[in-house]
Amino acid sequence: MNHPALSGPVRFFGTCLADAVFPDAGMAAMRILDHLGCSVVYPLEQGCCGQPAYNSGFPEQARTVAMQQVRAFRGEGPIVVPSGSCAGMLKFHYPRLFADHPQYFEVAAFSERVVEYFDFLVNVLDARFEDKGPPVRVTWHSSCHALRETGSTQAAKALLGKLCNVELVELSREFECCGFGGTFSVKRPEVSAAMARDKVEDIRATGAQVVLTADCGCLMNITGTARKLGYDITGMHLAEFIWGRINEK
Amino acid sequence: MKSDSFDFTAALQKALADPQIGGNFRGALDGLRGKRLALFNDAEELASLRATGKALKARVLSRLPELLTQLEANCEKNGIRVHWAETTEQANRIVLSILRECGADMVVKGKSMVSEEMGLNRFLEQNGVEPVETDLGEFIIQLAVEPPSHITAPALHKNKLQVAEIFHRCVPGAPYTENVEELNAIARTTLREKFRTAKAGLSGVNFAIAETGTLVLVENEGNGRMCTHVPPVHIALMGLEKVVEKLDDLPPLMRLLTGSATGQLLSTYVNAITSPRAEGELDGPREVHLVILDNGRSTMFADPELSGALRCLRCGACLNNCPVYVRVGGHAYGSVYPGPIGAVITPQLEGIDNKGDLAGASSLCGACEEVCPVKIPLAGHLRRIRAEGQAAPGEGCVRGAGAKRSLVERLAWTAWAYTETHPRLREYLLRAAALMGDKLPEVGPLKTWTAARTAPRVAPKSLRQRVREEGIRHE
Amino acid sequence: MSSTPAREAILTRLAAACRTPAPVPAPADIWDAPELDAPKRLELLAKRLQAVRTEVHVTPEKQWKAKLAELLAARKPATLAHGTGAWFAKDLPGICKKPGMPALTPYYEDVDQFKDALFGVEASITTARAGIAETGALLLTPDAGEPRLLSLVPPVHFVVLRARDIAASFAGAIRDLKLAEAMPANLVLISGPSKTADIELTLTFGVHGPKELIALILT
Repeated sequence: MNHPALSGPVRFFGTCLADAVFPDAGMAAMRILDHLGCSVVYPLEQGCCGQPAYNSGFPEQARTVAMQQVRAFRGEGPIVVPSGSCAGMLKFHYPRLFADHPQYFEVAAFSERVVEYFDFLVNVLDARFEDKGPPVRVTWHSSCHALRETGSTQAAKALLGKLCNVELVELSREFECCGFGGTFSVKRPEVSAAMARDKVEDIRATGAQVVLTADCGCLMNITGTARKLGYDITGMHLAEFIWGRINEK
Repeated sequence: MKSDSFDFTAALQKALADPQIGGNFRGALDGLRGKRLALFNDAEELASLRATGKALKARVLSRLPELLTQLEANCEKNGIRVHWAETTEQANRIVLSILRECGADMVVKGKSMVSEEMGLNRFLEQNGVEPVETDLGEFIIQLAVEPPSHITAPALHKNKLQVAEIFHRCVPGAPYTENVEELNAIARTTLREKFRTAKAGLSGVNFAIAETGTLVLVENEGNGRMCTHVPPVHIALMGLEKVVEKLDDLPPLMRLLTGSATGQLLSTYVNAITSPRAEGELDGPREVHLVILDNGRSTMFADPELSGALRCLRCGACLNNCPVYVRVGGHAYGSVYPGPIGAVITPQLEGIDNKGDLAGASSLCGACEEVCPVKIPLAGHLRRIRAEGQAAPGEGCVRGAGAKRSLVERLAWTAWAYTETHPRLREYLLRAAALMGDKLPEVGPLKTWTAARTAPRVAPKSLRQRVREEGIRHE
Repeated sequence: MSSTPAREAILTRLAAACRTPAPVPAPADIWDAPELDAPKRLELLAKRLQAVRTEVHVTPEKQWKAKLAELLAARKPATLAHGTGAWFAKDLPGICKKPGMPALTPYYEDVDQFKDALFGVEASITTARAGIAETGALLLTPDAGEPRLLSLVPPVHFVVLRARDIAASFAGAIRDLKLAEAMPANLVLISGPSKTADIELTLTFGVHGPKELIALILT
């Protein structure tokens, strides 16, 4: 492999939710990169992208946290993010957040390097995987920001489609928000819960054993709601699912 | 519209518990969304249309005072009398004085969201003039004494059984029928008599063309044409952002409006009024009046960011595609303009202290922006309104800025920012939370979260820990 | 009227807020529908009008009177209103003189005198000044010879359009008719019978305007 992206390190932005709640997803995502020949680096000073404060009307606090990320990822080469929402924040909203600030150019240079994880796998690495797993039926939830900000949903679904033993059953409302929306889920809990319930019912109607997504926020919301309703639905980040499929004995 | 005691949370809960909104409403809007998608099935053409729409309206805003003056001059030249109103109160007075002058004690009304904004019907009733809504949907909700629940489909929240009951109860001599055709016929017969006898008609304006002094009205029923052609006096109401530069701008804007609203290539009628009855004409109004309303728009205009919302065509596509709106309907917003665009403009028109909460009714999923025909950055505007709500004294630009300022929340975010900038502290806190397992005290946001979901389990080892322990390169 | 201080206040506020040094430029290429040759225009107009429930009859100009007679005989309206300035006004008495044909009701007096008659008429016939293929619309410019309410009040509306007057697009019609230079007092685009979907989004026709729209396109 002599792809330019592989000549230097690929820095991994784990996301705060993978760090705290879904470390298996983060580990799997990095192992896949390693498996594809990338030199993966995890900057230890990283944390949340700052989106919760940004969306809640606290841009000052969001900027403080954003600068922490910009500094943690000093250097060159791609910054790969296994979440459309965090990637959208880092790539598109950071420059807006710093539009009139002296750090603008430093921030913009950082944002320039950000790539959504599946976008990177498909469009930079041209990844292909051998599916060693048993036949399984899955469904897929498109995260809003992967769909509308990073535009990386197609890439993720293309990878999924190449797993030969995996049958994908589409949701009837694949593109509708699951109701997470970060702090929205606790600031407007009545509406958020209604949206999450509908999403879970939609998933249940597919008869799939697993729901896959590329965003830990959606994942936490969907699996938490399903469990509360007593439904036996397994949710998984697509990276973790793929890593499992290629390592099946 | 009064908003003093508006309890958004209660309104949302009530709407979510309403099975009719949960079922019919969403299903009906699915139909509209499907039609829009079917019409705009060529992604490239849609992109070109939206780019054109945005550019045309942005250009209008960059020359707004000049174009309004040009519109006024051309209208006056054509014989249309132009009136200006800073407030809804002034606009109401203007309308009333025109009606008094022509001796109208009844006025037939075509659909006008601006008239809803003015609370015109109530004002006219208080002053002895009977306003008659003639758009079928508006007619239904006027009889039911309710505000519209959607910008373009005002009676969307009513099913035919309810309409049957309302007509039977409120329209003299109307039989009880659940047949939609027959219900339409009742409205037709009742309203034809009103059209025939009214001394004045009232309408909104979809586009006002500065170049020619033309008022363009878009509709499907023909009631708008009845209101503007049959009575001897026509009064048109417009928000000052409705002006467009040239007649040539109309085709793309029309396509965007009807396509986004209902998936129609064109509405049944496009009625372009350039003057009252001309020399020799046998019909058409003898007087046409145009009332140009500000009501806070010039303040919105002064904000370089939020002025983008003045590009709005009032197509309602952002409502139809909003996962919050489709579940709660228009009434829950307690404002004339509901949905994403309503949550952006209402706090600006009525103040953040009154209606700032509306901006919270969005997961910022971006579905609204994706369909907006003039590319209003709705999610960004909602975020901005939220920030305005939290603004420090003297710092906000929007009316009522800082009204949502909460010391507790501010402290929480500041503490969060501190933790996020001290990764080791963050890791200790996570470890502590992991040790607590499911014994994490369910208070504050976690309590709210767990009302509908199980609590997230903090992993025994964080990703950061595992990176160090499992040999991932780190720095 | 106290509108002058309001006008000054509004315009002053707007002018003060106009910070942009230069107006946003007009878009380089305004979206427009594709150009079409004459047969395509006719074909598309007919197709799109039919899609919104308009009855379309394409007839050679020489036979159009027979066609209209046939349509009237089939529908049997008791009365047919028309404007005295329509190019075919002189032909109508001939067409309607046979038994079973509607009584002609010419619209020649002020609406105040004619209103009651008009609201009782069963059908009307008007010209269309142009057709718009791309949106499936008929463009009417009512005037002294063909008043505005003819195309609105009667429940059945016949429209006569010459195929050569069909423009490819709305923008094309604006150019062809030089509308920007001289807008008529009233201009209407009509793309089908009056309709509504205000009750449960159920589409029904003829709520306020005509229930039926019949287009005769003369080739």
